[in-house]
Amino acid sequence: MNWLLVVAGGMVGAPLRYLTDRAVQFRHDTVFPWGTFAVNVVGSLILGLLTGAVAAGAADSHLHLLVGTGLCGALTTYSTFSYETLRLAQDGARCYAAANVALSLAAGLGAAFAGVALARALWA
Amino acid sequence: MRVSGRGTLSDVTVPHQDRLDVRDVADLAVPVRRPSPWQGQAPVVAVVAVGGGIGAAARYGASLLWPAQTGGFPWTTLWVNVVGCALIGVFMVLISDVWAAHRLVRPFFGTGVLGGFTTFSTYAVDIERLVAAGRPEAGLAYLAATLAAALAAVWLAVTAARRVLLWGRS
Repeated sequence: MNWLLVVAGGMVGAPLRYLTDRAVQFRHDTVFPWGTFAVNVVGSLILGLLTGAVAAGAADSHLHLLVGTGLCGALTTYSTFSYETLRLAQDGARCYAAANVALSLAAGLGAAFAGVALARALWA
Repeated sequence: MRVSGRGTLSDVTVPHQDRLDVRDVADLAVPVRRPSPWQGQAPVVAVVAVGGGIGAAARYGASLLWPAQTGGFPWTTLWVNVVGCALIGVFMVLISDVWAAHRLVRPFFGTGVLGGFTTFSTYAVDIERLVAAGRPEAGLAYLAATLAAALAAVWLAVTAARRVLLWGRS
């Protein structure tokens, strides 16, 4: 049961990441990986909200496995983030590489903290 | 994943418009349409979904094998992310430089399995949890250690894979 929840969430999260990245690439002609940035920030916000909700007793562990471990885990990615950063650095766009790291960390952490705080305000 | 022509996850083609000059385009009632980015995407989305399910299950399995203690240092997520970064480095060199793979291999393994295996959201929330547990120094160490190890892993993997390929060809 637990495995099924994680797999089901992962089967939704990963294609959502792919489709978001493709939509962003199609609309914006830029070397900056905005698609990966967007899914990482949104996923961190949702997981923050969910973690806060579980801590406040407003959500159960099954929902956390489905939406947190499965969906948010697969929606967000560290491997593509690292690989894109390396490609930017090796293609001579060192400023973009540094900006990708700084912006992803700042926005991703900000979203996670904001999500937990918002959940506490709503349910605690 | 688009940085330059080589090693991109998808390519958007723009049709040649050599038969239309600016005046002709202006005369047309309907604007010239780019091909839809969603054309022929169903099989790609399907293999990304299957890969994502496998990757997420593997990450969940790792968290059961090596469970993190509440308020403890999240070693398992750190290692999952570092291993996933090393694997994507080797995989992207293989698929860009040597292996003329089927067009669904890269979305399945790179975007699906490895993207689903590694996680940024758990990393970000893990840091919040450490800070909330009154261990901001552990949170900062985890933030920096994951970032440094992940970037080093992908760089080392790409460099080593290219070296091995060159060595094998000479």
